[in-house]
Amino acid sequence: MLNPDSVGRTFNGAETITVSQSQINSFASVLGETKTDVAPPTFSIRITLDQMQKILSGSEVNLDWSRLIHGDQKFEINRPIKAGDSLTCSSTIESYRVAAGNEIVTVRGDLFSGSELVVSTWSTLVVRA
Amino acid sequence: MVNFSGARMIEVGTVLPERVFEIDRELLVAYANASGDQNPIHQNEEFAQSVGLPNVIAHGMLTMALVGKYVTDWAGGSASVKEFGARFVKPVIVPAGEKVDLTVSATVAEIRGDRISLTISATSAGVKVLGMAKAVVLK
Repeated sequence: MLNPDSVGRTFNGAETITVSQSQINSFASVLGETKTDVAPPTFSIRITLDQMQKILSGSEVNLDWSRLIHGDQKFEINRPIKAGDSLTCSSTIESYRVAAGNEIVTVRGDLFSGSELVVSTWSTLVVRA
Repeated sequence: MVNFSGARMIEVGTVLPERVFEIDRELLVAYANASGDQNPIHQNEEFAQSVGLPNVIAHGMLTMALVGKYVTDWAGGSASVKEFGARFVKPVIVPAGEKVDLTVSATVAEIRGDRISLTISATSAGVKVLGMAKAVVLK
């Protein structure tokens, strides 16, 4: 079970992730996108979900990542991600509830380039009973 | 609304052309490698069934990424997308050796300033797979 004391808290990711052109190209290629000057709108998920997993499955929050399904997803894109961006991710546990034994947690992920907020994401994650 | 020469006629209620994407196991492997999401429910039939799924299912985020491609093509590029959201209501089931459809369409819901809101429909094998799917794009 998720540690209830973590709800409402923001956790700053320890890493800085530098986006490469080849990462954008391989993501775009799956979608048949040939214009790769900027990343496709959902590209940031590959950063935020990884960062959220590191924080949420750690002992401080203790979410069981192995039985997780993705409930919903939202992006607010201030500007598109491009190659060379060095991004940090902060994750905020915005809400948490248990319904029929399933744990339902909504996590906001904010990707920053220095002090500039580039993309905000919201992921609702469900740990099945 | 004035339809300027060469401009698209867009107003609330305008229906965008439907488009069909094909999803197969190969695409799931490509998306897993590109996104880093190597959950075996998207590649291994035996594992998927062991956790109660009917078969291998597509990543919800692959479905959403393809819908994103639909939106960006219409809006004129990835940089035009300002907001994008959806709920994963049913999985896209991908049997071995088959190509399944992801059928996408959208309607203009609102125009405010330089921003157009779209409500989006996405189905596979006739089943609605995304709920509350919306995007906001720049004109």
